[in-house]
Amino acid sequence: MTKLNTFEQAVETYEPVLGLETHIELDTRTKMFCGCATAFGAEPNTQVCPVCLALPGALPVANRAAIEATIKIGLALNCTIASWTRFARKNYFYPDMPKNFQTSQYEEPLCEDGYVEVVVDGEVHRVEIERVHLEEDTGKTLHVGGTTGRIHGATESLVDYNRAGIPLVEIVTRPVPGTGALAPEVARAYTAELRDIVRSLGVSDVRMEQGSLRCDVNLSLNKPGEEWGTRTETKNVNSLRSVERAVRYEVRRQSALLDAGERIFQETRHFHEATGETSPGRSKEEATDYRYFPEPDLAVMEPSREWVEELRASLPELPRKRRERLQAAWALGDKDMQSVVNADAVDLIEATVAAGAAPAGAVKWWLGELSRRANESGAELTALAIDPAQVAELQAMVDDGRLNDKLARQVIDGVLAGEGSPAEVAQKRGLEVVSDTGALETAVDEAIAANPAVADKIRGGTHAAAGVLIGAVMKATKGQADAGAVRQIILDKLS
Amino acid sequence: MSTISREEVAHLARLARLEVTDDELDAFAGQLDVILQSMKTLAEVDTDGVQPTSHAVPLVNVFREDQPQPSLPRDAVLAGGPDTAEDRFRVPRILDEEA
Repeated sequence: MTKLNTFEQAVETYEPVLGLETHIELDTRTKMFCGCATAFGAEPNTQVCPVCLALPGALPVANRAAIEATIKIGLALNCTIASWTRFARKNYFYPDMPKNFQTSQYEEPLCEDGYVEVVVDGEVHRVEIERVHLEEDTGKTLHVGGTTGRIHGATESLVDYNRAGIPLVEIVTRPVPGTGALAPEVARAYTAELRDIVRSLGVSDVRMEQGSLRCDVNLSLNKPGEEWGTRTETKNVNSLRSVERAVRYEVRRQSALLDAGERIFQETRHFHEATGETSPGRSKEEATDYRYFPEPDLAVMEPSREWVEELRASLPELPRKRRERLQAAWALGDKDMQSVVNADAVDLIEATVAAGAAPAGAVKWWLGELSRRANESGAELTALAIDPAQVAELQAMVDDGRLNDKLARQVIDGVLAGEGSPAEVAQKRGLEVVSDTGALETAVDEAIAANPAVADKIRGGTHAAAGVLIGAVMKATKGQADAGAVRQIILDKLS
Repeated sequence: MSTISREEVAHLARLARLEVTDDELDAFAGQLDVILQSMKTLAEVDTDGVQPTSHAVPLVNVFREDQPQPSLPRDAVLAGGPDTAEDRFRVPRILDEEA
């Protein structure tokens, strides 16, 4: 194995070209071509019918809600909606589809030629959308007999077709050149923006960890001025952080191979969450022989312009507009708002503000202490074991003077450890600010007595010297005093 | 002279997961050739100005509403497979394919 280059070395020599294919499971009540329910977590093979299994005589009929959802996605991505479109059979033999083909779209996708704009490092990157098409999801395969639960080393597989036939929207970008060292961040920002757009439409819950949004990352490298290189397609990339890591890893891996004079094979690779590495999957050479042909069992579609315009008029406020509105409401500068977006904290802060916190406080916690905790544990901010209502509660306790920042951080420790709400943690751990003025006055008197020289300075008008006495009082009260209140008591006594 | 080679027939058989003997390869190549020749005959028809079609019925926009209907009982679903375990279809391991 060739030694990897650092990412910085790699992007000095090579220019990455990105491409992203995203699959989004729609949350319609029924499947794409039949009336089977789509409930998540149902008993295996209980949401399956003759259409799912393509039994002889079964007749699929397209789900109107899924078509409308896909047109809405296309419109939100600035696409042109086809005036004539049809389904196609993608023929392949693999046990995840009992039909021996997947109903998909080929030369006539429902939506084409759109774009998404994302901002990374203050720069706008326009990611062009080649197509948005509708297909059906596959069944779920459980690999048994292997040591890792993955396909390699498995002795047999068990298949559940509940998911087979659930509407799946595939969104394919055109190649994205010119991102340079920002390629990983652009890939992440695009995926996040796409997720937010689809979520705002209310047509999918777009939860990467549950597989309702799945990402394939294409990447190639070329030297400046040369033709684009051979690309690899990394599958199994199931979080925003993984999208970024997968791009980073492929840049490092491919650049090392190219430096060594080796060639890149066009192949599918798998991303490994634990190590952040990719490994080769099946070879593409033969697998692409899908022998597509128009699906004879489904009528062609001619979405009328009236229908499309009706759907366009029904689009909700899209994320970009929403961010502009929230930025104004929260009185944030462009840079701060960008940090909020990059940290994936828009929803969290909005919910924290809705729960009663002042915007500044909500932004401070999510971007500061909580982002730091998320980074430390390698988790997404949204996955932290604290919710917006709890952050609002914490901020309220700070506003009331019951907690200072230092104590609040200890309360966060407790909430993240599952000890309950901020109020419960503060009570259990004894983390309230000492508001008993008598106790504070005693502590201040003791501090003055122990530091006569400092006390004299303050009497002489040097108020800055009070810091020493405040420090002594904080130490004596184990940090549980309100520093402002202590300062006031000191100045009152020494003036 | 066949317009379709034994190798092409073998390739198609492999894509369709069909086991074909050497004798059958020759036989199918001959039969498929007849079909291809017939298509060539059809291709001689002048179709200038005729829209290509993929569907024999003049229907467009046939949709169903998003209303759940009963699925099959699980026993009936699984009855179609040669082997089952844990309420799922049991299939041989697949190598060199994605999960």
